[in-house]
Amino acid sequence: MGRIVLEKVTKSFGATEVIPPLDLTIEDGEFTVFVGPSGCGKSTLLRLIAGLEDVSSGQISIDGQDATIVPPAKRGLAMVFQSYALYPHMSVRKNIAFPLRMAKLDQAEIDKRVASAASVLNLSDYLDRRPGQLSGGQRQRVAIGRAIVREPAAFLFDEPLSNLDAALRVGMRLEISELHERLKTTMIYVTHDQVEAMTMADKIVVLRAGNIEQVGSPLELYHTPRNQFVAGFIGSPKMNFIAGDEAAKHGAASIGIRPEHITVSDDGGPWSGVVSVSEHLGSDTFFHIHDTGLADTITVRADGEVGFRHGDRVHLTPRDDVIHRFDRNGLRIA
Amino acid sequence: MATQHSRSAARLMMAPAVFLLLVWMLVPLSLTLIFSFKKFLPLRGDQIESGWDWVTFFPSLDWVGFANYSRFVTSSSFWPAVSTTLLIVGGVLIITVCLGILLAILLDQPMWGQGVVRILVIAPFFVMPTVSALVWKNMFLDPNNGLFSHLWRAFGAEPISFLSEAAMPSIILIVSWQWLPFATLILLTAIQSLDSEQLEAAEMDGAPVLKRFWFIVLPHLSRAITIVILIQTIFLLAIFAEIFVTTGGAFGTRTLSYLIFQRVLESQNVGLGSAGGVYAIILANIVALLLMRVVGKNLDA
Ligand SMILES: Nc1ncnc2c1ncn2[C@@H]1O[C@H](COP(=O)(O)OP(=O)(O)O)[C@@H](O)[C@H]1O
Ligand SMILES: [Mg+2]
Repeated sequence: MGRIVLEKVTKSFGATEVIPPLDLTIEDGEFTVFVGPSGCGKSTLLRLIAGLEDVSSGQISIDGQDATIVPPAKRGLAMVFQSYALYPHMSVRKNIAFPLRMAKLDQAEIDKRVASAASVLNLSDYLDRRPGQLSGGQRQRVAIGRAIVREPAAFLFDEPLSNLDAALRVGMRLEISELHERLKTTMIYVTHDQVEAMTMADKIVVLRAGNIEQVGSPLELYHTPRNQFVAGFIGSPKMNFIAGDEAAKHGAASIGIRPEHITVSDDGGPWSGVVSVSEHLGSDTFFHIHDTGLADTITVRADGEVGFRHGDRVHLTPRDDVIHRFDRNGLRIA
Repeated sequence: MATQHSRSAARLMMAPAVFLLLVWMLVPLSLTLIFSFKKFLPLRGDQIESGWDWVTFFPSLDWVGFANYSRFVTSSSFWPAVSTTLLIVGGVLIITVCLGILLAILLDQPMWGQGVVRILVIAPFFVMPTVSALVWKNMFLDPNNGLFSHLWRAFGAEPISFLSEAAMPSIILIVSWQWLPFATLILLTAIQSLDSEQLEAAEMDGAPVLKRFWFIVLPHLSRAITIVILIQTIFLLAIFAEIFVTTGGAFGTRTLSYLIFQRVLESQNVGLGSAGGVYAIILANIVALLLMRVVGKNLDA
């Protein structure tokens, strides 16, 4: 179980309102990702749910029970911190067993749960080491182990992968997704990385300055962003925005077209420009094109074989059916 | 920095300092050792006529073997002095470490006027031991006008002459007051380095305040506590001024260093005092070794 409902929740630190009134429902078993730029209030929101911060107003309920003033330990939630927050003087075994010891479980039960968590997370060989003797990825796994032995109603992750190197991050991302598949427990995952959000989430919550900009599945956000902020935030490379006459032709204040929806060629097309930088990834090539008269730079994603170079003049053809139109306030025009 | 040339240059430049340090330590130590094996009573005229010793730059003295050593330990004041010393060291350590942890936790809380309060807490450390002992003696512990006497009377009790009737607790109180700032300061910096996410993780793991203290804060402080204990022990074994100014070694407050002082200056027996000094060195080393064994393993964790 783990259905979390926030109603008109606000949070202010002194005079600064970090979270304006906010409503959100997280369904049982859902993998929800809070994503947004740094400082937008993701951690604050997560800490409100965890109970590590008190709400300024509003109500939080977990599984239908009002949890607004319930202390963190009693909410039945487990949290994995960005710094891992392992207890440095305890062995891995003691770290993982700590919540169970606090819950006064008997030793046999503790040993059983620690052993099973350790085998799930490939930590069995490291149980007697101290956290200081582990690599970053292993420490992350210990932190997750400490969370799963409690069998919580929901897991809260605060940027758990941001201290890992790129290769490890991809691996851990998969492991966390697999863990969710196996446990089917509610997970709330905070990140500023939209790739993590897109790859892991059942439901993405895009935040800006404490406001929810849009809630939806990864593909909903990709195909029908509600406004220009979401459109620019989701998808990599970023969506191209074009204002002025070209947008007016489509009856909008501004239009957006994703790099993967533009074809680049040397003969014919409605737009043209000069290749400034080409980034070759092997599978794909990203061209950054200047002098189009539409925007500073238009980014185009092409097949890895396409071989234009710096200074080449190229023609661009957008796919008309996937052009996003936005009004003067940046809202999507249906 | 690692060429042959730069290394010998470095050695050359360090030499004066090393030499000075050696002389500084070796001369008093060897003199103490030499005197401890001699009969040396400077106020007795017969010793001055016996010639000049070119090794020690002192009048030639008679060797007496281990006589000073055996006399020092067989004196009825020796074992009481050792136990008094250890009692003061132990008492002060317990009080300063416990109160130090408490104060450090309090000072770590965000509060109004934090800066001023912290300076006030540190202040006793800047007062010279002699002065602080005098202040305590006259201002707090005086049986007629001391603040403690007034406090006693306020509760209807008859004030006692603290420094004679409760001499040891009074001395321990004075010395603890002096060393509490040191302990607090070291422990405060240690507490401030504790990652707050660890405490939050423990809170989410279901550990209430006292368990968080026991399982997270205290282990985090163990290294700082070790340092406080080691440094304070070294200084406390030699405390002198506080006793000199208050009880003059009476009422069971005669420590080892005070006993040595009495042997050398009051009885004018330098040989006997030196033997006592050597015992003090041995005691200090035994205590230091024991401490290193017991708590020192925290240092290399
Ligand atoms: N304890 C606090 N006191 C004052 N301001 C805070 C506190 N915690 C966070 N903030 C402010 O709230 C905003 C959101 O912070 P945070 O939730 O950490 O952002 P994110 O995790 O999205 O990067 C930031 O502007 C930050 O400065
Ligand atoms: Mg954050």
